[in-house]
Amino acid sequence: MSSIETLPAAEPTAYYPSPLREFWSAFKRNKGALGGLIFMLMLVVCALFASVLAPYNPTEQFRDFLLTPPAWQEGGTSQFLLGTDELGRDMLSRLVHGARLSLLIGLASVVFSLVPGILLGLLAGFSPTRLGPFIMRLMDIMLALPSLLLAVAIVAILGPGLINTIFAIAIVSLPSYVRLTRAAVMTELNRDYVTASRLAGAGTLRLMFISVLPNCMAPLIVQATLSFSSAILDAAALGFLGLGVQPPTPEWGTMLASARDYIERAWWVVSLPGLAILLSVLAINLLGDGLRDALDPKLKNAA
Amino acid sequence: MLSFIARRVGLLIPTFFGITLLTFALIRMIPGDPVEVMMGERKVDPEMHAQAMERLGLNKPLYMQYLDYIGDLAQGDLGESLRTRTSVWKEFTTLFPATLELAFAALIIAGTLGVLAGVVAALKRGSLFDHGVMGISLVGYSMPIFWWGLILIMFFSVGLGWTPVSGRIDLLYDVQPVTGFMLIDTLLSDEEGAFLDALHHMILPAIVLATIPLAVIARMTRSAMLEVLREDYVRTARAKGLSPNRVVFVHGLRNALIPVLTVFGLQIGTLLAGAVLTETIFSWPGIGKWLIESIGARDYPVVQNGILLVACLVILVNFTVDILYGLANPRIRHQR
Amino acid sequence: MSLLEIQNLSVRFGDDGAPPVVDGLDLSVDRGEVLAIVGESGSGKSVTMMALMGLIDAPGKVAANRLRFSDQDLLSLKGRQRRRLIGKDLAMVFQDPMTALNPSYTVGFQIEEVLRQHLGLKGKAARQRALELLERVEIPGAASRLDAYPHQLSGGMSQRVAIAMAIAGEPQLLIADEPTTALDVTIQAQIMELLLSLQRDQDMALILITHDLAVVAETAQRVCVMYAGQAVETGRVPTLFDAPAHPYTEALLASIPEQSDNRRLATLPGIVPGRYDRPAGCLLSPRCPYAQPRCTERPALEPYDRGEVRCFFPRNMTPDEAPEVLPEAQRPSQPPGEHHVQ
Repeated sequence: MSSIETLPAAEPTAYYPSPLREFWSAFKRNKGALGGLIFMLMLVVCALFASVLAPYNPTEQFRDFLLTPPAWQEGGTSQFLLGTDELGRDMLSRLVHGARLSLLIGLASVVFSLVPGILLGLLAGFSPTRLGPFIMRLMDIMLALPSLLLAVAIVAILGPGLINTIFAIAIVSLPSYVRLTRAAVMTELNRDYVTASRLAGAGTLRLMFISVLPNCMAPLIVQATLSFSSAILDAAALGFLGLGVQPPTPEWGTMLASARDYIERAWWVVSLPGLAILLSVLAINLLGDGLRDALDPKLKNAA
Repeated sequence: MLSFIARRVGLLIPTFFGITLLTFALIRMIPGDPVEVMMGERKVDPEMHAQAMERLGLNKPLYMQYLDYIGDLAQGDLGESLRTRTSVWKEFTTLFPATLELAFAALIIAGTLGVLAGVVAALKRGSLFDHGVMGISLVGYSMPIFWWGLILIMFFSVGLGWTPVSGRIDLLYDVQPVTGFMLIDTLLSDEEGAFLDALHHMILPAIVLATIPLAVIARMTRSAMLEVLREDYVRTARAKGLSPNRVVFVHGLRNALIPVLTVFGLQIGTLLAGAVLTETIFSWPGIGKWLIESIGARDYPVVQNGILLVACLVILVNFTVDILYGLANPRIRHQR
Repeated sequence: MSLLEIQNLSVRFGDDGAPPVVDGLDLSVDRGEVLAIVGESGSGKSVTMMALMGLIDAPGKVAANRLRFSDQDLLSLKGRQRRRLIGKDLAMVFQDPMTALNPSYTVGFQIEEVLRQHLGLKGKAARQRALELLERVEIPGAASRLDAYPHQLSGGMSQRVAIAMAIAGEPQLLIADEPTTALDVTIQAQIMELLLSLQRDQDMALILITHDLAVVAETAQRVCVMYAGQAVETGRVPTLFDAPAHPYTEALLASIPEQSDNRRLATLPGIVPGRYDRPAGCLLSPRCPYAQPRCTERPALEPYDRGEVRCFFPRNMTPDEAPEVLPEAQRPSQPPGEHHVQ
């Protein structure tokens, strides 16, 4: 045996960062995600302080200023920075209030589909022989229709408007959460820590919410951001088709419905609301991609 | 393979019944008097009301009404449009080819461009091209396609005058609807220039409709290729001294296309949803536009059974894609 | 003249400052010789062979003073020239046969590919030859197997197919990277037997990468022992086992279950250093039971009559056998030829 002192090997790393710090340092490396986050924060500010930020009331009509171009174009005025629409309403104010509306729709529909979705998914996962197949079959049927068509059908039945739009989009997003939660639950149930918990005497409710659910959160969070962006797109589509939020409420899609007639004369009425939708959805998608990459590298699709 | 198919067929039947239940329930959830809803008329006098209730079977218990409904469907009776008084089925079959043609064109564009872009992006990973493809596809599926259509119309139709604004073909041409597919019918007719005109009309809507599937397919192909290129059998292929092209296209792409095929199929649903919006913008006379107009006009027989037909279509297409996927994947193909 | 000559091979991933995965490796193989490369996971044995075959991609960088195979300088080969060599004169069989074959093509297709590429065989001639190859690797019912898909084959059969693909070009050197590790014990012996019979019949050189010392003792003529990216000892087979020179080799031999005295397996404390926690001195020094103050310097690989050893205090040697081992920095060496492999 050796009689000599042990020689030092390299120093091991002694620093183990907390999950939140790990997540943030991974996240902030993604420039696109950061950009998305910043834009989202801007939108949230717009939404929260719309009444303060918007120069005018979004439904107020200025009869003398119908279809005024934006301020930097000929015929524009600094009174209406982004011009006015066909009824003389200020575009900037409408867009700002539209942000509030879109975020509201997105948030509400996500919450109203996430919570029941998780519950149903948990039920389906924990009861694979009785409730499970029934719930999943129901979800499969709902998924048989493309989401927009289902939303259109629901709104067709219930009538147009903000509340029904949120309701329709929530229903349409529900199956993805149920499927996701159930799949995650089925995977986790096979894991040893669940068996260990069961052996230690944990009841089903405790298992469900305290042991299993936290481990399913990562894909759920990613799906939630995706649903948020789909919600905005679907709400805008419904608005465009005349089935969603009704005028004069300044929802971006609804604004585009009447804009069709003004393609030739007033490009800003057509371009600006759509641009707002595009940028918002883009920001959320970038955010979602960044979240997914930072939360679980395994979910990354080989980027 | 047989048991795979049998299982899929087995799933088809309950799903179909589920859909009929859904459409049945949807119509009955409309607020208001059911006779007024069904007949599209207001303030029906009591005698006619009672007769209508009798005739429409609305005073029977719900489950019997459902059975009647299924019975009607089985006989091919899908009701009559309140607006045109033509059978819903006839309207559907007249308008469907237009949507199919558009969807087909969009699928070809999305499929070929998407796979190509995805493969090249994977091969040149990290390059400007790769980032460009990823960026453009991100914008592609973040975009509201109805707005995209409007913008393209603004630029190309109104601004540059390159393409027509709406419709399938110029009214000048008199083309007989032999197949319902304008491109084929124009070739069959002897109107000069009709084919080109039809093509002209189809370009913009097809591009708009293809945008989202293109973006999704490009992304999917890229990530599938990247994964496949890391597999052991690709390493073996390179160790055999095969040319890089052969390694990528014969060994790599063949396996990467399998998951892409699934995505392809899922995009059919997106295409139908997108068709609704695209047809509305371009006044393309297909089933999307038909459904939306019927909803606006409260033409409920059309709404109910139109949705049913579309849903059945989507289910059938998904079924076919599932089967094709099974054929493409040797492991499933050889299962008992 | 050796068939294969490697001098001062190093492979690093990342920029030039990154510690190498393979560090200053010297190796040579003669025609018809069986060389075994032994080491734990992470010792760099597979990476060395991949570098040889040109399978290391960016960001990996391969550099060596010399990398010659059959009088060709592998360092300066262009892509097309390299592809004429790989799969033909220089072939490789990988560890996991179940993933090494393309699941979407038949066995016959994959073998005929090699025949078409390197021997110009087509159609019936190719199919006939593929059949012969399958029979040569002792696959039962070879004719029907030609049209089988990889998922229809067992592990042992898949590996036989992989071997058939490798010998299709009649290689001068076959590299087998842990060919039996992923297989059942009963099959392992058969596959090894097959490899050796092929080696004898075709007078092929064979590099066998393994961590199974028993296999080495029965099959190889020379052994190279690797540790943490370096070669620490090379020697001829019976002698190395009877009298290991490097403490690591000694520890490896001592840890074989057959050597234990029914109580505990003899092991070295600690673990193999990863790339970033390599000690400044001899790589084994933190774990070596014979470490001395001198071991804070890195020894170079020094030849002696029975082989080579990288240790200031080699074991099992008489004083006149022991080589004068210099610290690595002092050893004269040529500047490495650098090349990036595509």
